[in-house]
Amino acid sequence: MKPRHKRFAIIGGGLAALGIAAALVLNAFQSNLVFFFTPTQVAAGEAPQGKTFRIGGLVKEGSMKRQSDGLTVRFIVTDTAKEMSVAYTGILPDLFREGKGVVAQGKLGPDGLFAASEVLAKHDENYMPPEAQHAVEQAHKTAKSVKQ
Amino acid sequence: MIPELGHFALILALFMVLVQGTLPLIGAARGSLPWIALARPAARAQFLLVATAFGCLTWAFVANDFSVVYVAQHSNSRLPLIYRIAGVWGGHEGSLLLWMLMLSGWTLAVSALSRHLPDTMAARVLGVLGLVAVGFLLFILFTSNPFERLLPAAEDGRDLNPLLQDPGLVFHPPMLYMGYVGFSVAFAFAIAALLSGQLDAAWARWSRPWTTAAWIFLTLGIALGSWWAYYELGWGGWWFWDPVENASFLPWLVGTALVHSLAVTEKRGSFKNWTVLLAIAAFSLSLLGTFLVRSGVLSSVHAFATDPRRGIFILILLAIVIGGSLLLFALRAPKVGLGGSFALISRESLLLMNNVLLVVAAGSVLLGTLYPLFIDALGLGKLSVGPPYFNSVFAPLMVPALFLMALGPFARWKHASLADMAKRLRSAFVAALVVAIAVPLAFGQWTPLIALGLLLATWIIAGSVVNVIERVRATGGGLLAQPRSWYGMHLAHLGIAVFVIGVTMVKGYESEKDVRMEPDDTVSVGGYTFRFVGVREAMGPNYRAMVGELELSKDGKVLRTMNPEKRQYLSSAMPMTEAAIDTGLLRDVYVSLGEPIDERAWSVRVYHKPFVDWIWGGCLLMALGGLVAMSDRRYRLKKAASARVVTQGAAA
Repeated sequence: MKPRHKRFAIIGGGLAALGIAAALVLNAFQSNLVFFFTPTQVAAGEAPQGKTFRIGGLVKEGSMKRQSDGLTVRFIVTDTAKEMSVAYTGILPDLFREGKGVVAQGKLGPDGLFAASEVLAKHDENYMPPEAQHAVEQAHKTAKSVKQ
Repeated sequence: MIPELGHFALILALFMVLVQGTLPLIGAARGSLPWIALARPAARAQFLLVATAFGCLTWAFVANDFSVVYVAQHSNSRLPLIYRIAGVWGGHEGSLLLWMLMLSGWTLAVSALSRHLPDTMAARVLGVLGLVAVGFLLFILFTSNPFERLLPAAEDGRDLNPLLQDPGLVFHPPMLYMGYVGFSVAFAFAIAALLSGQLDAAWARWSRPWTTAAWIFLTLGIALGSWWAYYELGWGGWWFWDPVENASFLPWLVGTALVHSLAVTEKRGSFKNWTVLLAIAAFSLSLLGTFLVRSGVLSSVHAFATDPRRGIFILILLAIVIGGSLLLFALRAPKVGLGGSFALISRESLLLMNNVLLVVAAGSVLLGTLYPLFIDALGLGKLSVGPPYFNSVFAPLMVPALFLMALGPFARWKHASLADMAKRLRSAFVAALVVAIAVPLAFGQWTPLIALGLLLATWIIAGSVVNVIERVRATGGGLLAQPRSWYGMHLAHLGIAVFVIGVTMVKGYESEKDVRMEPDDTVSVGGYTFRFVGVREAMGPNYRAMVGELELSKDGKVLRTMNPEKRQYLSSAMPMTEAAIDTGLLRDVYVSLGEPIDERAWSVRVYHKPFVDWIWGGCLLMALGGLVAMSDRRYRLKKAASARVVTQGAAA
């Protein structure tokens, strides 16, 4: 094999590897990007039905209710403007509390109940999940612009 | 007074590294011997000053000096001594100081162990390390001073985050930082070689043990972090593709590519430009990782807003390091020769494929990690990239890499024959096939993915065994007469195989249950039965705990009692789950307490995790392989040889 051919083979191999990787990445990206919506956006119908997404906000005080099976918990997430009900089966993270910020991932049911598959744990009690913070700030901004 | 002393020592250290980062480099360029000779004493003084500063901060923690802001934020008078010491790196400012201490330590090691290098080369390497230190000290002094005072002093500290009150904090960050910072030495060697134009096999041989050392620490650091997350977070997971984890994994991937590429540069003189680029990339990713994690940018781009100076400083420093070294590379690279040529099938080409796969994998992980940041920064909405993305991109890229791994040691340099390799590896392939078919059946469930994982792992192990037998037979020198670097390679490859077995078995056969349990309730998982006895209260040094009692049994035979805890830390009122784990060679059984449901019942989570410890065992083997390879005779022999050349040169 001539050096020129060899170089072509090596460059070709490299490009093929990159191409395969690009295909994998694009394919995986399409199905695995998880978008974030605030309760206000969900109330406005912006969130997709039957597709996984994240919500965030504050756990409403006094809203947490344990269901009869002992493991399913229902609570309300609010961004201070709109509220939505969330159900989660399993053990909640240590820092899950009423009145604190929370981020949950799951699907929205036709009845408007958000079935969470994951409630994200944070590592510090004083830390507000940025998404939850964002949701509350968005709600405040909207409230202000409505008043003006 | 002592915190001020530490602050002062840091300022002096800045002046010292300014000297170390400029004069020796200028001296090396101009051939001025007195300036070149400044490098080593400056490196020693730098270490002494930074160590003093670090000692002062440690003292402030040990003595509970809550007039220092950083101590007041991260410690508490009731905190046990060991965590007051480890608490030094429990927050942002102290972490950076630890980083700086590590950098000074590596610099000191280079200055002490580089006697065999030409003086100009050593001066350049130390000079570049000095420049890196300038950036870091400026960052610490201007944006993250750990010695800042709080007036009036706090009565007591806010306490260390309970998650961090664990032996993991004592070992994990220092190991990880040793690895991160260790790549600065490989980087400094690469830049020094570019500056001098001496990019050759000798440079690769000098640089190799340092790179391997950094890689060992990084491997151990990541493994420790993964293990810590596994037993501490109470979710039973060992890797979450969390951005913070990715930040440490990226330099590992590129570092692994670098270790292999250096082998080609040393043995064959090829891949020189590529090796330099990898060294630059590995260090840049280490910097990126440290800063992403420490600045909080990763959770949100808005972390920039809380302290804009920090964020901007980070970006400027990254731009200078990456931009500067790439500019230098662009200026110097065309002058670098190509080195030995090689055929399409050869050890070089196999290592090239290894490099391409590792770098592409690193690229895809980087993309998944940074993409949400870009989208957020551009105001296009908020999103996250979940573990499925990483799994579905990373695993397919690693399959060919693992397959080629067994092939590599059989390929000859320059030109290898596929037919010959296939013949020698036939028995290994048969063994792998048998295991892949039989073992999953023995475990009661056969899926293509489990079979593939076991096939690749056995293929690597059997390949290594065949290679060892062949070599020992051919050389006739016995098992112990072989070079250590060659053993190191096989050990590290074996580590990968053990790791792959662990991952495959856990993913394939793990089971988990969340249940509500009252006293005397039982739950079974993976053939093990837990009987819930009850929960009692206990006091720790700085927490109150609810201690669960569960009886673990198998086939009606009681094995032991397990005591998972739910702790409530007194100073922060923060709850913490402490899982109870029964560790075994072939499986872990894992139980953690959820929360009380009523007076009698608790929610409890139980796991059965087959082969999970093989994951970390594999990492240990990899690190051990690196250690053995580093101790190879030739790195020591060449030292003597090149020392001779230098003295002869001086005599002439």
